[in-house]
Amino acid sequence: MSEFISTTIPKFTSVFIAIAVFFMVLSLLFAIAGRLDGKKTRPVSLAIFLGPALLLLLAGLVIPGVRTIVFSFMNPDSNGWVGFENYYWMSQDPNVKTIMFNTILWILVVPLFTAALGLLLAIMLDRIKHESIPKSLLFMPMAISFVGASIIFKFVYEYNEPSESQIGLLSSIVKFLGFTPTDWMLAKPLNTFLLMIIYVWTQMGFGMVILSAAIKAVPSDIVEASALDGAHGWGLFRNITFPMVKGSFIVVLATGVVGALKVFDIVRTMTGGNFGTNVLANEMYSQTFVQFDQGKGSALSVVLFLLVTPILVYNIRSLRRERAHS
Amino acid sequence: MRNRKLAEHNPGRKIFSSKIATTIVWLITLIWTVPTLGLFVTSFKSDKKILDEAWWVSLFNPDFSLDNYKNVFFGNDTESLSTGILPYFVNSIVITLPATIFPIVIATMAAYALAWIRFRGSNFLFFSIFALQVVPLQMALIPLLLLFTGGAHIGSIPIFPALGIAGEFAGIWLPHTMFALPLAIYLLHNFIASLPRDLMEAAHVDGANHFKVFRMIVLPLAIPGIAAISIFQFLWVWNDLLVALTFASGTEEVAPINSKLASLVGQYGSGYTQLSAGAFITIAVPLLVFFSLQRFFVRGLLAGSVKS
Repeated sequence: MSEFISTTIPKFTSVFIAIAVFFMVLSLLFAIAGRLDGKKTRPVSLAIFLGPALLLLLAGLVIPGVRTIVFSFMNPDSNGWVGFENYYWMSQDPNVKTIMFNTILWILVVPLFTAALGLLLAIMLDRIKHESIPKSLLFMPMAISFVGASIIFKFVYEYNEPSESQIGLLSSIVKFLGFTPTDWMLAKPLNTFLLMIIYVWTQMGFGMVILSAAIKAVPSDIVEASALDGAHGWGLFRNITFPMVKGSFIVVLATGVVGALKVFDIVRTMTGGNFGTNVLANEMYSQTFVQFDQGKGSALSVVLFLLVTPILVYNIRSLRRERAHS
Repeated sequence: MRNRKLAEHNPGRKIFSSKIATTIVWLITLIWTVPTLGLFVTSFKSDKKILDEAWWVSLFNPDFSLDNYKNVFFGNDTESLSTGILPYFVNSIVITLPATIFPIVIATMAAYALAWIRFRGSNFLFFSIFALQVVPLQMALIPLLLLFTGGAHIGSIPIFPALGIAGEFAGIWLPHTMFALPLAIYLLHNFIASLPRDLMEAAHVDGANHFKVFRMIVLPLAIPGIAAISIFQFLWVWNDLLVALTFASGTEEVAPINSKLASLVGQYGSGYTQLSAGAFITIAVPLLVFFSLQRFFVRGLLAGSVKS
């Protein structure tokens, strides 16, 4: 215990010092620059307000991003050129084929499922009393880390030999329905879908909250008018509600695609990428930090980046349109 | 009267009948909550009971204790986590506080500049930062780690010294700060740009410079937005695995609780008691933050995604 205290105090001291120095430097800058007047004021203000962010973005994202592209044409230690060899490896390696297939499966299935379920719940929540309680509970998993969620589902997917009693919820339900449970994490291709459920479980609340707000923003006189015209059920949803929330639905889809592409924690925690469940983001980590092949790791990152570029272009175009309107 | 009738006609009304909606919503809510409840109940069961008896059976046959929590907090020589999870818990706090404060402050300043200081290229800069949001972290990991360990060179000429902060707290604060900026700047820009123009102009007419306007007007008015995004960033850092694995070694000097937990999963055998209790401790903090500050959190989400 005393050892714990003696190692903990310096840790908190370093936090305290770091934060104190950070604010001291800032106040000093503000105090000195605040006294300036005349021609120099604007450039100095810009430099102080925007400088730190730009510097960090350049050093932390832009330059490293470019270097990663360069590294993808180099050998494992990034000290000799190999041309397109890392990309050629990707096109030939059978493991990478599975990885690409799984990754594409993730970005096709997960966003659609998350957004559709979120929309369904948003519509139904609009219809019930005490909506805040189920809303809170459905939204809650968003605060749980993917590692935490994976452990929660590790217990759900737990499997024992058929002769023993089942302690996992899934195995028990399957057994109750009269089927034989199996070791779920080894069952291809079902295991990939079971991993996707974990992701959907944590992220569905995001879609639900966004779409719920969008539905509440639909003017009620429009609904009223179309109801008077006899619209209800599916027709009302298809012709009135969905067109009005389409923008938000696409935002949820796009967020889902980016999230599903980067999924790494769930796969790593549940299967380590084994049993045919591997995905791009996990393979990138393994190649770089387990196999120590920076070339292949970088090439995989570049592919990951290429896969998000359509979303990037779409986002920029819609932001442009939005700004043009305002 | 007519207004009231209109208000009752919300869009969901005619799509589902109220009874069906209530039943389905509560059914899904139940399905959504049960897994977490399962972990919670499991974390109070003894090692043998975890493996032999399903948790919902144990509910009717209660034999719960706090032993797992004692074990995982203070360690147990016979289990995989012999020194206890407490140091990692402390590390998580030590990592999360600065990694939340630094980027939010820097992003607030940048968002103010982009919204209220006119300069050439301001629009281009804003769009570039917005675009960086979706760039996968993976694109930056290797070069950034190399920068921390070896500095940067062109040929053999060093242009940037080795920071020597790999494997230290500063080496985790810095990447978190860098990676948080695009989203934080974008969201805060939405808040700050919508502040009333008259107020800003009046202050400038009164002779206030940007530093004064920022401190006296922008900061107080943007507090709700800053709070929302801070909660976001706090949860993000607390729940992060990728940055922690890359920039913190797995030792109890710096590794956060989430990455420690991930490493426990791989160790089969006696680990289930520690795993369940450890997992619950790890998710307890974000859940607490979530439930107490849910309103701000939702507001933060909506700020970035719903178009007015």
